[in-house]
Amino acid sequence: MECSFALTGKGYVLIAADMTSARSIVKMKHDEDKVKPLGPHLLMTYSGEPGDTVQFAEYVERNLRLYQIRNHSVLRPHSAASWIRRTLADSLRSRSPYSVNLLVGGYDVSEHEPHLYWIDYLGTMATVPFAAHGYGSYFALSLLDRYHNPSASLEEGIETLKRCIDEVQKRLIIGLGKFKVRVVDKDGVREIEI
Amino acid sequence: MARRYDSRTTIFSPEGRLYQIEYAMEAISHAGTVLGVLAKDGVVLAAEKKVTGKLLDLSSVKEGGYGGSGEKIFLLNRNVIAGVAGFSADANSLINYSRQSAQRHLFSYNEDIPVEQLVQRLCDLKQGYTQYGGAFIPLCVTSSLHMATGLRPFGVSLLYAGYDPHYQFQLYHSDPSGNYSGWKATCIGANNGTAQSLLKQEYKEDISVEDAIDLVIRVMSKTMDSTTLSSEKLEFATLKLDETTRQPVAKIYRPADVDALLAKQGIGKKDGDVEMK
Repeated sequence: MECSFALTGKGYVLIAADMTSARSIVKMKHDEDKVKPLGPHLLMTYSGEPGDTVQFAEYVERNLRLYQIRNHSVLRPHSAASWIRRTLADSLRSRSPYSVNLLVGGYDVSEHEPHLYWIDYLGTMATVPFAAHGYGSYFALSLLDRYHNPSASLEEGIETLKRCIDEVQKRLIIGLGKFKVRVVDKDGVREIEI
Repeated sequence: MARRYDSRTTIFSPEGRLYQIEYAMEAISHAGTVLGVLAKDGVVLAAEKKVTGKLLDLSSVKEGGYGGSGEKIFLLNRNVIAGVAGFSADANSLINYSRQSAQRHLFSYNEDIPVEQLVQRLCDLKQGYTQYGGAFIPLCVTSSLHMATGLRPFGVSLLYAGYDPHYQFQLYHSDPSGNYSGWKATCIGANNGTAQSLLKQEYKEDISVEDAIDLVIRVMSKTMDSTTLSSEKLEFATLKLDETTRQPVAKIYRPADVDALLAKQGIGKKDGDVEMK
């Protein structure tokens, strides 16, 4: 029942994910943070097989940090997303693949533009203006089709995101509780309370 | 008794010097001159060819490939060109290595390799020959048999002209010890002292590519032995940004382009001239 959304706007990417951790029919946790900052201008949500998700996200986080230390430069969002996709695609063809779905959002400081990538556990990557994973995508994508504006201000973007979250809470058979929302723009990564 | 410390690349002399590295540098200072100038909207490379003669078959050079004669200036990646001074055979091996490194980066990150990283890849290889004598680090103590023991370092210095979105246009120099450094204008090979001091006098901040081309040709014509420049003696290349796509474009001049450029600058060989051989 996990669910994550992301959308781009004028100079930012908004990323949100639910905060539940469930096993079978039991909700084990309601304050799980599934939006990981991967660098000064990079964010990633992860969902999928429990265990795989955290393991893979930390693997990615530390490899990107290693790249940063080795080369004195941060990977740009497109390159980081490409590397993550490649890692997932290699993993898929190994004996024990990671089963993880991701949304990667970042702000490119050299060309001053926000970027969002949708990646699934098969190693598919798509560059998108807005994206969603999980059951929430059935409700959110049509709303985003209608209301998404690539040149919207942050306030307007948050409004659109709220619409998506409210719709999921209203129509999905199980309430998902709180959502963790983070934004990345020219000033870096920060959390937003909604 | 310098001989005692000459034979292996990885042994210090009592004065704390690595003779093989110094000899390699010496070899390079006799090689054809390579000159690079960094401009605000591009980079210019020029190289003097030493191997010429009327019996040399240059028919394959006229067309085909990506330009140049494949002797001094090479395309390493879409965003990097390099001029080499030193042993051509050693250079070929380094160029092959750097092209592979660049492609490996493209495969992993789906972006052109940042220029400094490419330079570092090559310098790591070169440095290996000054310390453990080769490209392979013995990973396992028990398999020390597999340790490569190189006999000599690469006798090659390179000038790299490149572009990446992090630092825009860049010019680097690397030498056989594995040292590298960034430059606004520099020169390697024969007469590099003369060329360096000329460049120091004439280089201006915020120079344009057009002016850099002019400067490079002027300095080349002063440092080269022959009085008249022509495509027989000169290789030439520029790296600029495409105006519409904003992607780097490397242009390695074909012999005909070099002659046309020299004619435009007014120091080309005239039809009546006969070069002294």
